[in-house]
Amino acid sequence: MTRPRLATLAIIVVALGVIAFALSGALLNLMIFMMIIALAAQGWNILGGYAGLSSFGHAAFFGAGAYAMAVLQTRFGVNAWVALVIGIALGALVGAFIGFLSFRSGLKGSYFALITLAFAEVARIVANSTNFTGGAAGILLKLQNGLPYLQFADRRYFLLIALGFVAIGLVVSWWLEHSRFGAYLVALRENEQAAQALGVDVFAVKMKAIAISGALTAAAGCLYAQNYLFIDANVAFGSWISIEALFAAIVGGSGTVLGPLIGAIVLLGLGELTKGLSHGIPGMDLMVFGVILVLSVAFSPNGLVMLMKSLGLRAPAKEREA
Amino acid sequence: MLEVKALTKRFSGLVAVDQASLSVAKGSITGLIGPNGAGKTTLFAMVAGFLQPDGGSVSYDGRDITALAPHVRARQGIARTFQIVQPFEGLNVQENIAVGAYLHTPDAGEAMRQAAEIARRVGLGADLAKASSDLTVAGRKRLEVARALATRPRLLLLDEVLAGLNPSEIRDVLPLVREIRDQGVTILMIEHIMQAVMNLCDKVYVLSQGRMIAEGEPRAVCEDPQVIEAYLGHGAAERLRAEQAHA
Repeated sequence: MTRPRLATLAIIVVALGVIAFALSGALLNLMIFMMIIALAAQGWNILGGYAGLSSFGHAAFFGAGAYAMAVLQTRFGVNAWVALVIGIALGALVGAFIGFLSFRSGLKGSYFALITLAFAEVARIVANSTNFTGGAAGILLKLQNGLPYLQFADRRYFLLIALGFVAIGLVVSWWLEHSRFGAYLVALRENEQAAQALGVDVFAVKMKAIAISGALTAAAGCLYAQNYLFIDANVAFGSWISIEALFAAIVGGSGTVLGPLIGAIVLLGLGELTKGLSHGIPGMDLMVFGVILVLSVAFSPNGLVMLMKSLGLRAPAKEREA
Repeated sequence: MLEVKALTKRFSGLVAVDQASLSVAKGSITGLIGPNGAGKTTLFAMVAGFLQPDGGSVSYDGRDITALAPHVRARQGIARTFQIVQPFEGLNVQENIAVGAYLHTPDAGEAMRQAAEIARRVGLGADLAKASSDLTVAGRKRLEVARALATRPRLLLLDEVLAGLNPSEIRDVLPLVREIRDQGVTILMIEHIMQAVMNLCDKVYVLSQGRMIAEGEPRAVCEDPQVIEAYLGHGAAERLRAEQAHA
């Protein structure tokens, strides 16, 4: 396993921050979107990558965050930052709810993937048909610039906040690779029975994992709502985000610290590039997605992080800790 | 230390374990033998908590643990190895063992240090960084034992740790088992290799078709006509006796 040091992570985050300040316009917007997807993918990676519980329904968490952000602000006049915290907590709660129901009955593999997909779809349909969530018309957030509103005239500041969350995601993943909890996650991914025999309470570990995973992906949803100031059920709970989250993590390298971030940057970057080159032929970026996924599974099933390592693009082995 | 009373397990009509009882004295090495399909591994799984019995009880240190989940039993000091080795493939040898060591320390550095020490004890000292999938069969068996030891068990359940090893590997592992006992770990082992059973066990139980048919010192048990018949078929004991009388 590649195990970047904390210093490496800090350098990467600072470098992205510096790049952010050089950007403007469409590129800046693209990078904000990359960070949001990276964060959602980091959430997916905790559960799908480290714990081996692949979810097809991370939209449930993303949407929970996005709707908490939108509903709390527009209906209850809650401060944006408070709404952000509540949104993240709600993501953890939704995670615990779905986790409790599925892990109690021992669901894993494709069954778990299907049940998460089902939960996300139920949430999408409910949000689409309830007045409380704005129904099919969605929710429009008020444009109010200023730090207390978590909206900025200069969007670079918003990018920095998104980057801050991605940094938190990196640190959480880094911590997983250096902690008992992370070792337990990997152990139950590799062999649940053997983990139990060694005293691992697999149910409790899975519950924690899905709560953390849900919180991170919900944070991405919160940022999404706050950045675009509009959400509806298909955006917040649509399967597009479930797919982007798992694509980015898998293409980048699932179960690695940097995988989701690299995957999100590469996927969205290439997607944008093809959109530009193809003069906006609809669906071109989706085709590229598909091709990348096929190629990455064929040539580097462990993700770009591992591919880079095997091509020698990484500094020679320094990572192993005794 | 371990008291199994009238344990029964049915798999839809088939009685895999039928009213089996055994007791393991503290500090002993107790063997559980029996022909293939006798229900030994099923009995083990019930002792370790992986299967719920349909009847009977398991008590450990005087407390009834029949209803406890496997991870709770592990925390109370019962560790098991698996007959079919189950390493964490994505982890190296040291990390594999550390998962066990985490039971008593939340600290990663400490767990890895303990793991290295236990690896040395079982003879995997040179393979710490090896992927567990790169180990030989004997190496994987050792890894099973190492991982179980890392949880600092007081009762160790060994499920055929010698199966699949060649004679010289068996000779290497026998002292390891004895050494583990000498360090204060009580052992209950399933074993087919009689050389090991004779050598190691203080007491042996024989399970056949789910029933406990004999118990006692290894040598006495091996001469028990019921045991011979369980292995060699009906009438075998008599024929053997007749042949011996002629010789």
